[in-house]
Amino acid sequence: MKYLGIEPKRLRFAVFEFTGCEGCELQLANKEETLLAFLMAIDVIDFREVSSARNGEYDVALVDGAISRADEVERLREIRRRAKVLVALGSCACFGGVNRMKNACDLEEANREVYGDHPKETLPTRAIHEVVPVDLKIPGCPVSKAEVERIVQHLLFEVPYQFPVYPVCLECKQRFTVCLFDRGQLCLGPITRGGCDAPCPAGGLGCWGCRGQAAEANIDEFQSIARERGHSEREIAERMGFFGGFEEHS
Amino acid sequence: MKIDLNVDVHHLTRVEGHGNIHVRVRDGRVVDARWDVVETPRFFEVMLKGKHYTTAGILSARICGICSIGHCLASVRATESAFGVEIPAAARKLRLLAKHGETLQSHFLHLFFLAAPDFLGAPSVLPLVEKAPEAVRLALRLKGAGNRLCDAVAGRTTHPVSLQVGGVAVLPPRARLLALRDELERTLPDLAAAADLIAGFEVPGFERETEYVSLLGEEEYPFIGGQLVSSDGVERAEHQYREMTNEYVVESGTSKWCRLSRPSFAVGPLARFNNNHELLHPEAKKLAARLGLEAPCHNPFMAHVARLVECVHVTHDTIRLLEELVDLGEAQTMVKVTPRAGEGVGAVEVPRGILYHHYMYDDDGRIMRANCVIPTTQNNANIHHDLPVLAERFAVEGMTDEKLELLCSMLVRSYDPCISCSVH
Repeated sequence: MKYLGIEPKRLRFAVFEFTGCEGCELQLANKEETLLAFLMAIDVIDFREVSSARNGEYDVALVDGAISRADEVERLREIRRRAKVLVALGSCACFGGVNRMKNACDLEEANREVYGDHPKETLPTRAIHEVVPVDLKIPGCPVSKAEVERIVQHLLFEVPYQFPVYPVCLECKQRFTVCLFDRGQLCLGPITRGGCDAPCPAGGLGCWGCRGQAAEANIDEFQSIARERGHSEREIAERMGFFGGFEEHS
Repeated sequence: MKIDLNVDVHHLTRVEGHGNIHVRVRDGRVVDARWDVVETPRFFEVMLKGKHYTTAGILSARICGICSIGHCLASVRATESAFGVEIPAAARKLRLLAKHGETLQSHFLHLFFLAAPDFLGAPSVLPLVEKAPEAVRLALRLKGAGNRLCDAVAGRTTHPVSLQVGGVAVLPPRARLLALRDELERTLPDLAAAADLIAGFEVPGFERETEYVSLLGEEEYPFIGGQLVSSDGVERAEHQYREMTNEYVVESGTSKWCRLSRPSFAVGPLARFNNNHELLHPEAKKLAARLGLEAPCHNPFMAHVARLVECVHVTHDTIRLLEELVDLGEAQTMVKVTPRAGEGVGAVEVPRGILYHHYMYDDDGRIMRANCVIPTTQNNANIHHDLPVLAERFAVEGMTDEKLELLCSMLVRSYDPCISCSVH
């Protein structure tokens, strides 16, 4: 399939999942209007959730989920050895995601509460980059398929991809979404990296910061304005800690 | 002739999550047959503790990437039941529409992407993109319509944003509702084409008498809340869900198992159909009759047919709901919520079966205890008990390891397991 007269090379993709909901890899099968073109542009070598074929070597490994058990560490290291480019797909892979909240609990007690006298093996949750080097991080809970498409285009044409530096607020303005922060909801839009097209505020929910910190975000000032508007210290801290995207500030 | 068969599937493909199948047949007799869930546990019930009620639905949606709308709906329903909140009529319609959108996208994902390759002799849908592009386009139109319905009423298909305690945050504009109605109407011929495709599938002849558990519909085919029923005659109220599930921990896997009147029971499209088929839309009933699906059906492989039958019902019901919403005009969709101490249960029929969320709240509206019982958790024991009977039935002359492996894999896939969910 040529683009502007140029035949892009077909990259061999593999998709792997660890601790998480598999919602990010499910996005790869969404956005049906462009899905056929997307699948024609890449070779899917290994994708357990949709295919029984397992065909060996791959260029790009998309890794979904966080790491929370010893066998996952081994599997991930093997994937790292085989992949030219390793991409952390989604907030669990990039930051640990909601799974990270488990780390604040006593894991033995948590195990007793859920499994009683038959405890299961579990480790504190880690992001992919805390276990092996990562070449690219695509945050989001879930990832935006439109952004994944843009990134894959860049990979095919070997052009570096620049994530947006602006915050989610800019995209709310572009969509004419009425500001929820002004209407009294806590919203992390002012400090969260854009690129998702701000679906949450448009659906009536303030931003939860799943894409992590925007460039040059003034966190301290944001927190003080949020406090002035009546949001408690606990509410702000819980919100910023939800996906693990503001780790250094929570 | 001596019939020895071995099946070892490590991380079964085309299912959500990680599970293994192990079967040993010696001299035509099954000596071992196991379904093991090896997914990493996530401890959501522990993470939910201490969370504010406005956070519970957002966090619990993350239990599952496919049925996040169902989790969110069960979560807000449990919270509303604890607080004694009644949501407006328009919000009830919007929630059912979100549920319908999820049923469509999930059932079509399963039918075309996860199940169909087995019947068409392909490893996945990917080779079909070039070999049978028309069938793939059909699948994408049907699945896409479900996703667009979810996007419009829930704000997003995966991890919804508009389904909140007190109702639904946003009423989609009239023009969008009408456009959706038109799109759903245009999928009716596609549904007929999908029926022709599935009519050609060779469904394995296998039956095992099973207890089926689902919501019990009163006037409508049930999706959100109501009485609980089993085909063995057990009936309970929504808040008595523990008496229907009886979860217990097994040594071998990370998912729990459930039982009721027998060593195992099943939930899902076949259970809903068996217990509520009289409430289906006439077109859905017609399709069931055409494809040979008759209640009570004890063949797990017929769940594929039940899924398509449900899609027909849901499509017609979606068109009805969209028209009712347009007629309602500018309606209220949210009520004010005042938290209070108490507990509540929310039961929702998600694509894979009945799902329960149960929360205990303190005075400030923070969760003291949470419990979630997932459809695949309820099905895991049934899959495990199906396997030896299936292996025994097909351990006949001419059977090979490969053929039995395919049959066992197809059996597990017929439950459309959502394994990450089951070890939340």
